[in-house]
This record gives sequence, structure tokens and C-alpha cells, in this order.
Amino acid sequence: MIDGLEKKNATRNYWLRIAGAFAALVVLVVAINAAAHGNFLQPANIVRVLQQISYNAILALGQTFVIITSGIDLSVGSLVAMCGVVMALFANYAHLSGVPLVLATLAVGLAVGALAGWVNALPVVKLNIPPFITTLAMMEVALGLAFIFSHGRPIALTSDAFAGIGIGSFLQPVTDALHLPAIPIPVVWMTVLIVVCSILLNKTRFGRYVFAIGGNEEAARLAGVGVARVKTFVYVISGACAAIVGFLYMARYSSGSPQTSTGDELLESIAAVVVGGTSLVGGRGSIVGTFFGALLIGVLYNSMNLLGVDSYLQKVVLGIVIALAVVGDELRKRYLSRA
Amino acid sequence: MRGIGKSFPGVRALDGVSLTLNAGEVLALVGENGAGKSTLMKVLAGAYQADEGEIFIDGEPVRIAGPRAAEALGIGMIYQEFNLVPQFDAVDNIALGSEPVARGLIDEKAATARATAAFAELGIPFPLRTPAGRLSVAQQQLIEIAKVLSRRARIIVMDEPSAALTDREIDRLFAIIRSLKASGAGIVYISHRMEELPKIADRVTVLRDGRAIETRAQSAFPPDEIVQAMVGRKLDSHFPDLPPVAADAKVVLDVRDLDRAPAVNHVSLQVRAGEILGLAGLVGAGRTEIMRSIAGADVPQTGVISVDGAVVRVRRPSDAIEAGIAFITEDRKAQGLVLGMSVRENVTLAHLDAFLDRATLIDRKAEVSATRRFIESLDIRTPSTEQLAVNLSGGTQQKVVLAKWLVGKARVFLFDEPTRGIDIAAKSEIYALMIELLKNGAAIVMVSSELPEVLGMSHRVAVVRDGRIAREFAHADATPEAVIAAATGVAA
Repeated sequence: MIDGLEKKNATRNYWLRIAGAFAALVVLVVAINAAAHGNFLQPANIVRVLQQISYNAILALGQTFVIITSGIDLSVGSLVAMCGVVMALFANYAHLSGVPLVLATLAVGLAVGALAGWVNALPVVKLNIPPFITTLAMMEVALGLAFIFSHGRPIALTSDAFAGIGIGSFLQPVTDALHLPAIPIPVVWMTVLIVVCSILLNKTRFGRYVFAIGGNEEAARLAGVGVARVKTFVYVISGACAAIVGFLYMARYSSGSPQTSTGDELLESIAAVVVGGTSLVGGRGSIVGTFFGALLIGVLYNSMNLLGVDSYLQKVVLGIVIALAVVGDELRKRYLSRA
Repeated sequence: MRGIGKSFPGVRALDGVSLTLNAGEVLALVGENGAGKSTLMKVLAGAYQADEGEIFIDGEPVRIAGPRAAEALGIGMIYQEFNLVPQFDAVDNIALGSEPVARGLIDEKAATARATAAFAELGIPFPLRTPAGRLSVAQQQLIEIAKVLSRRARIIVMDEPSAALTDREIDRLFAIIRSLKASGAGIVYISHRMEELPKIADRVTVLRDGRAIETRAQSAFPPDEIVQAMVGRKLDSHFPDLPPVAADAKVVLDVRDLDRAPAVNHVSLQVRAGEILGLAGLVGAGRTEIMRSIAGADVPQTGVISVDGAVVRVRRPSDAIEAGIAFITEDRKAQGLVLGMSVRENVTLAHLDAFLDRATLIDRKAEVSATRRFIESLDIRTPSTEQLAVNLSGGTQQKVVLAKWLVGKARVFLFDEPTRGIDIAAKSEIYALMIELLKNGAAIVMVSSELPEVLGMSHRVAVVRDGRIAREFAHADATPEAVIAAATGVAA
């Protein structure tokens, strides 16, 4: 009986944590659907939203790990661009084709992204320099390198091996037979990564240590946690996530551009994490929450487009939603600590 | 000050303390750790509000609502931890909080003049434009003194001002104190060092357990009687009987020549199976630092640490943990627990590799059942394994910390202030648990600032002073007077 109670408590806490984003989402979806005369909840539109959010969601997944350790990764947008350019160059010069080319290109991108993450973490763990600074520096460096490598122009892919990933669909015969809309490949990537990251964060030692470091780094250290190693790995994960996004964009546009993801993408990735209930001071957060955060932002944009809302006003609305999410999080925290 | 009382949750820190300070005298305030010296002075400085009692200055009753009010009344505090902005120079530090202003802007000239005047009063040339962070401790202290002078303080409190100074610097400090005295200021001088009192104090007040026990003229108060007044009470008898250490018990923890400047100074100690070694000493003597070095919390350190005869290279906390050394830290909240995590997550944090399913994923069921075992055996009062540590009481939190270390197969337990801030009932439980550990062949090192606890719960007592083990006593010889004398440096 105690068992059941404990489990129920834990489950309740878990849902309470992401309840904010979830509830807002449901209300929003119903309201929007009514306002858009039922157009919003069309299967095709739902899939469109999922595709639109998949890039931001993947960036935000990596960002979630970093933020739970009470760090921040400002370099993700630039890393998307740099990894995209490097991968496009590699793909054009490698003497490979077909699936081996795709896999090798992805591997190169992941290596570059992971390396950049490792470099981000090095001064953080060795010299205790704030990650805000090191990743800010990396943001500039990676962006500059992306422009240098590409001479400032998008690098068009000469191989068509990536087309299936960029604009293709997952198990299209099956979805067609079921009269469902085709599932874009990025949505599949997002789904798989959500599952992988959830397991990593909630079921492994590494994930537990991520929370412990964000909650109390000194206590974690004295408990024998390899703080430097864990912290390094969260930035590596973030860099790798950026590389995957770079890979997907490159496949989609059939080119690697130094201007990909260098606009609002960084801020949107942080916004998704924060709206999803992950605390910027660390120690608390969830992958599912981040997904709902990204979804909420995506739904907002999509619905405002459906309703013909002016694009400048869209920014204002997004800003207000972020602010509300953080205020709501703070109020919820106070409520919980009082109870 | 008359009848000052102050309580904190669970503790009566001051219990009707009365104190008189005359103009032109130095009153030494002495007492054990936790006797209430600092609390009393914080009441005077407006940092704390007393629950009861009155304060009179020049015969007038005053209300000291906050630090600013204290300053306006001519009360100046020099805390042990300086309150300087390290990037600011002497002029800016002295002006901080009461900057002279001319037409809305800081009047640099007036600020400089004020600082210059204060140092002139001290009769000391001073580098006014060097950031405080780059000055020596003694120089920083001079800034604090100059700051107090520049505020026209007539009541000056110095909390252990000599603690971090060299002998020559102390001589200069005393010269300054004498000149302040001559100018009519009253000075409260808090110190742990008996040998200083004849040089500087006019009268001595002894505090104990939040009460002013005795005040005498310094010349009529010999050091051994001061020590006696500090200790005073009989030992509490709520300590369990220590099981004797077996005659053939092997040395479990062997530390040789442990050194980590400046706090740990060539320390060697041995603890046998089933034995508790108590580390006594004053706050800042280096007791905690010795433990931290053994546990790998402070590195690098030199020296040889062995557990069960095997040399352990401790370069990080995980090395010590692997070797079977558990370090139960002084500050549960800052170092022992992740407050935002559940009881279960805290209990398993240091030994997660023991809770893996097929060596990859955390086996939550195993975690829950292990945690529940400890909840039962240690009587951890929590509604569930999933309660967040932050919501538990101090004693319960301490038990969670203990459970965390009992999960592993530790042989050596380093307890730093194991019962600080927890109630009597929980204390007895912690003691009983320590005895239980001894029966299982563990070796324990315990630091405690509560003298009765060290004396009551140790087979041997090592007195730490200035980072080294000054003296060691067997349980029977460790009288409060002898230990205090060794800790304060009174020749026995």
C-alpha cells in the first residue's frame, strides 16, 4: 500500500512539474481550433506543427541537460550553422555515395558538434569560468568559422543521397494505407531523441548526477560524483544535438548555409526549456516538459499564422508567454515549498 | 546591556545576559564555541534583534533597530570576517554606505580626506589607493578599524581580531587599541587566546551557554580560573557507554604527515577498529580541514593515508569513498544533501553503481527497498521515500546523510559536528548509531565543538591547535579543563 502511495506521489509531482505547459497547451489548442474554424486540428496541420517544432525541440533537448546543471549553452545556433557547413563540405568532397555517405557525413557533424561542446565545457570545469562566457565565445567563433569555411555562401550538396532525409517521410506506405498524413523524417528524429534523452536523464547514473550537480554541486562532489566529467558531457550532448539539427536542415535545403539557425533559434531553445518547467538555477527539469515547451511555442506560431496575426505581434506574444511561464513556475515553486 | 535574551529555533542563544562597558576600557569577552559571544555582539550591532532586555548608552535607553541605527549610536563592529569590497581601495571601502555627496555626485575629495584623517588618527601611513583584495589581512583589518573610527564610534567591538595576525601585527594592533582606549572609546575584545588577555584586557567577562557567568578585573582573574568558568558545568550524562576497544584491534585508519597549507600542518593520527578519535579544538583550529583533506574534499594534500594497511591515493572524494572512507560533513544543507532531491535519491547518490539493473539503468525498485530499510532501521521520520530532503527536520536530514554513507561498505567514518542543530532525542539516536558502527569494526573520527560531546563520545581526544595536533588525551585523562587549556594554548 505504501508502495502505491509513494508511486502515486512521485507521479503526481512529475505531472505537476509539466502540468503548466500541458494545461496551457490544451486550452490554447481548443481555443485556437475554434478560432480557426476547425482547421487547426486537421491531421495535416498537426504533422506540420510537429515538423516545425522538431528542430527547436532537438536543440532544446540538449539545452535541457545543460540548464539542469545550472549552466547555459548560447552556442547552439551557431553550432547548427557550423556543423551544417562542415557536413556539406565533407559530403561534397568525400568519395562516397548513398547510405555510407549519409552516415559518414552525420558522423563528421556529430564529431564536430561534440568537440565544440567539449571545448565549451573545458574552461567551465577546469577554471570555473561561467558557461555564459565560454558558450558566448563559442557562439562567435563557430559562426565566424561557418562563414569562413563557406566563404559566406550556402554550400549546395552535389549528392542527392540526403533528399530522403530532408523531404522524405517515414514508412509512407503504412501511413498512406491508413489514410494518415506522411510523417516527416525530422519528426522521427525528434521522437527517438526524446525517448533516448528521457531514459538518459531519468534512468541512468549520468542523469541522476546531472540533477545532483544542479541541485547542490558541492554535495554531489563530496558524494564522489565526477562533476567535471558529467558537466563536460552535458555540453557534448548539447553540441551533438546542434549537429543533428544542422544535419536535418542541410538535408532539407540540400545545402549547408552559414546563416541557418543564427536568428531566434538560440532563444527559442532556451524558451522551450524554461516554458517546459526546467529551472534556470538548476536541479529541476524534464525532457517531456521541454517537448511540451517546444510544442507550445510551435502551436503559438502556427496558430497565429493560421489566424493571420502580424509577425511582429507574434514576437510580442511569444515574449509574454515566456514571461508568464517563468512567473508561473516561480509561483508554483512557492506554493509547493509552502505546502 | 541588561538582561539580553535571544532564541533561535531550538536554541536559547542568550539567556538574560548583562554586560557593562566603561569609557576608556577594554573588556575581554571569552567563552567556548557557541557560548553566545558573537550573538551578543550582533545584538549590540543591530544585526540581530534581542527578544528581551534593554541597552543603555551613556545612561539613556536605546533601541537598535539595525546596523545603521547602531552606527548612528556610535557602535562600531569589526567582524572576524571582514566586510570589505575587495575591488575597492581603502578610501572607497571606508566611504561605503555613507559616501560624502556633493551636488548628487560622490565627493572624492571629502572621501579621501576622511580616510586620510582616520589613518592619521591611527598614526599609520597607508596605501589608500590599493584595492583591499591585494592587501594583507592585517592591512585589511586596519581599513576596518579606520572605517569604524571615521564613523566616530565610541563603542568598538572586535571579534577575534588577532586570529589571523602575526605576532608583530598583533603588537601593532594592541598599540592601536591602547590609543583608542586613551581617546575614551570603550572596546569589547572577543578572543580565544588566554595569553593575550593580560596584555590588553582591563576586565574579563566569561560567557557560557548564553549566560554571563562571571566578570572580574583581569588582574584578579588568572587563566586557569577563566578556563574553569568557561567549562563550568558538569558533563551531561546522556552519552552511551563506549564499548572498549579490543586489545588486539587493528589500525583501520592510518594518516601520516598529512599536510595542506595553511590549515593542516603535518598531522599524523591512527584510529583502530571499534575506536572513536575525537578532534577537539577551537573554531578555525583546522579540525574540519584535517577531515576534508583525508576525505579528498580539499586537494592536493601531501602525506600518506592508509585504510586497513593499504595506502590510498586520495586525489578526489571518489578515491576516499572507494577506499571505504565516509565523510559526514558539518553542513548538511550545503554539503551533505541535495535538498531538491528525494530521500531516496539522496540515500543512493554516493553508491549508484550498487543500484543498477544490468549495469546500465538505475533500478528504482532496489533504490526504494534499500531506502525503506534505512527509514526503518534509522527511524527516519519521512512520509515516504519520495519526500524532498528540504522538507525534513534537521535531525531527520542528518539521518538521511548517515544512510547515504551506510549504503556503502565504509570502514572509516569521519563525523564533522554530527549533532549540530539537532534535538536531544535525535542526538542520542546518532550516538547509538555510532556505537553500532563501532561494533561492526568501523573506525570513527569525530569533530565536535561541543566539548561534552567530544569528551563523552571519544576513546581518545586529540586537541587541534593551529592545524596540528597539540596534545592527545586518553578518555580518562580528557578533563574539560585540560582540553580547553590545550586548545587555547594555556601552559598546563
